[in-house]
Amino acid sequence: MSQQVGRVAMPAQDPEIRNKNFSEVALGYSEEMALIEASRCLICKNPQCVKGCPVEVNIPGFIQKLRDKDMDGAVKELKNKNNLPAVCGRVCPQETQCEAKCIKGIKGEPVAIGRLERYVADWDLARGMEMPTKAEPKHKKVAVVGAGPAGLTAAGDLAKMGYDVTIFESLHTPGGVLMYGIPEFRLPKAIVQKEIDYIRALGVDIQTNVVAGKTVLIDELLNEEGYECVFIGTGAGLPHFMDIPGENLNGVYSANEFLTRSNLMKAYRFPESLTPIHAGKRVAVIGGGNVAMDAARTALRLGAEESWIIYRRSEEEMPARIEEVEHAKEEGVHFQLLTSPIELKGDENMNLVSMICQRYELGEPDASGRRKPIPIEGDVFEMNVDTVVMAIGNGANPLVTSTTPGLMITKRGNIQADEETGETSRKGVYAGGDIVTGAATVILAMGAGKSAARAIDEYLSK
Amino acid sequence: MFKILKKEEMGNNVYGFDVFAPRVAKKAEAGQFFIVRQGEDYERIPLTIADFDREKGTITMIFQVVGACTKALSLLNVGDELTDIVGPLGKPTEIENYGKIVVVGGGVGIAPIYPIARALRAAGNEVTAIIGARTKDLLFWEDKMAAVSDRLLIATDDGSAGRKGFVTQVLEDLIKEEEIRRVWAIGPMIMMRAVANMTRTYKVPTIVSMNPIMVDGTGMCGACRVSVDGKTKFACVDGPEFDGHAIDFDLAMKRAAVFKNDEKLAMDALENRLKGGSCTCHSK
Repeated sequence: MSQQVGRVAMPAQDPEIRNKNFSEVALGYSEEMALIEASRCLICKNPQCVKGCPVEVNIPGFIQKLRDKDMDGAVKELKNKNNLPAVCGRVCPQETQCEAKCIKGIKGEPVAIGRLERYVADWDLARGMEMPTKAEPKHKKVAVVGAGPAGLTAAGDLAKMGYDVTIFESLHTPGGVLMYGIPEFRLPKAIVQKEIDYIRALGVDIQTNVVAGKTVLIDELLNEEGYECVFIGTGAGLPHFMDIPGENLNGVYSANEFLTRSNLMKAYRFPESLTPIHAGKRVAVIGGGNVAMDAARTALRLGAEESWIIYRRSEEEMPARIEEVEHAKEEGVHFQLLTSPIELKGDENMNLVSMICQRYELGEPDASGRRKPIPIEGDVFEMNVDTVVMAIGNGANPLVTSTTPGLMITKRGNIQADEETGETSRKGVYAGGDIVTGAATVILAMGAGKSAARAIDEYLSK
Repeated sequence: MFKILKKEEMGNNVYGFDVFAPRVAKKAEAGQFFIVRQGEDYERIPLTIADFDREKGTITMIFQVVGACTKALSLLNVGDELTDIVGPLGKPTEIENYGKIVVVGGGVGIAPIYPIARALRAAGNEVTAIIGARTKDLLFWEDKMAAVSDRLLIATDDGSAGRKGFVTQVLEDLIKEEEIRRVWAIGPMIMMRAVANMTRTYKVPTIVSMNPIMVDGTGMCGACRVSVDGKTKFACVDGPEFDGHAIDFDLAMKRAAVFKNDEKLAMDALENRLKGGSCTCHSK
């Protein structure tokens, strides 16, 4: 069985079928596939992959258990460090983390750690999840603000340590970007829901419909509601627009709005679900990240005849995962690279009809290390589109920071927090995830939640 | 869950609920709004706060049936529960002692202007309230408005109550005769625009409350973009109140109509659901 040379391919829905439905694209390994792939692992004594994992999963440990067909043991090994493994197995950029460090990757393909993680996590979900034994209750209350990846991780870890944890979530459903942002076809909401159920089963109380900074202030949690510590994981929740003419025309969405309507509000089932969405016939998504790919692929599934990615650099500089770009291409998303809109045009009813675009060429590398796009003078063209989705990133939402005196923020409005511990300028207040780093990945937010939980435990154990 | 403790029918498809929402009531200020979602598969509906009672832990919501979700909401009764209420959202009205001020409430806009009038009066302003509607039966809360203003003036399009004509005309007469320092106007967009256009000529600062299409209400989606002095603002976090002389009403009205053609579909689907019919989306 160890004769497999390359990694076992992930079975997936046919592109021509899947681009018309919202069911999951990647179908997951069978037991046989998982065992073959697991057999490729060298079970290194000094595993490099673990160093690439922000939540420090004992990767060879769980793979060894999987190989021994000790599934229960594999689950325990995985969940010892990772509270949301079925999510991570699907959306982590393993190719730049654990798998990037895999020894097998030097001469061939690295072990498909993410796919194995998903296999083990899904096995656990299918059997109905077993609960870890909880630590002795500490009778100390900790508040977590935001039920996204950072908050859920911090809350889960703190609950396992014996703290009384309450999460305050502004939306009506916990999950954060896992629920409102990442589409069903990449991360089924039933999976996210089960992982949230697991966090609840650990004893975490999740209060939805509470907007920190509006419904309740951080200082009220500390001074009036009896919380000894607060972890802020509110995410990056303020969409950037380009500040070009015509941006307020009907048909222009932020990616947050487009995806929230579709994912959280289930607009793809309109009118059975009563929140509407217009994908239009010709859709242009501005941006080259994972969110842009999600929006472009969602547009196709909502019935768009053409879906375009408009990106001002070349494919090489695209921040999206290679897998997401490949999936988008397979499904028929078109790519208009080295291009960016400079004006949006509408009809008399202010409905978007076209987009004036500027072509770019690449110059010297800029501060990000990527080659800088330079406009080619006079190279301008018009593209007919009835929907534009701005997927150019998010800034920091000021609702919490502007209502919490003494909480230091950066020039960009992000919370200043210690990289190792999440400590902020306010005693007893910790922060992590996108509200600290700016928009990043699910797993980095989870890593921040994990280290903050550890720091909070140290602080409260003094 | 948020229990409905009281239901009022104001006529013309306008309804009012007192809902138990203690966290929202505790923080609510005049001028702010909240979002209500009746249950699974319903839209999130933003509504400006019509009243609140911190002791009882209740907020008052007044809404007009304009689509499927408000229709469904209107069918609820005392004792029923709403799945979600989140708030208070947006910035409160800037309450100061301005002197002599006027609040104008048109139609269902009478509701949100009420707590604003109350707060302004409590701050020492001399408050004149003008409320208006097409006809007498569509007016409500005359007694409540009278109780929080020094003077209450009424206008109806058909003259069945108060003066015949628009609130704008009543306001213009006042402005001509008296030193009005500031005006708040809430109601249909067309009325707010008319008020703002008129007061602009007299240079009377005028605040309007925008109620655009929204999803989250916390600044995350940007659906509620309005143009103020040519700059894009999010009504949910920068508003909902804005300088009425700086708002691009034409854009706001066209943006408000973006999903108009979907209403019929939504209404049919709702009726189907209320009849207990199963959906057909997945059986095709």
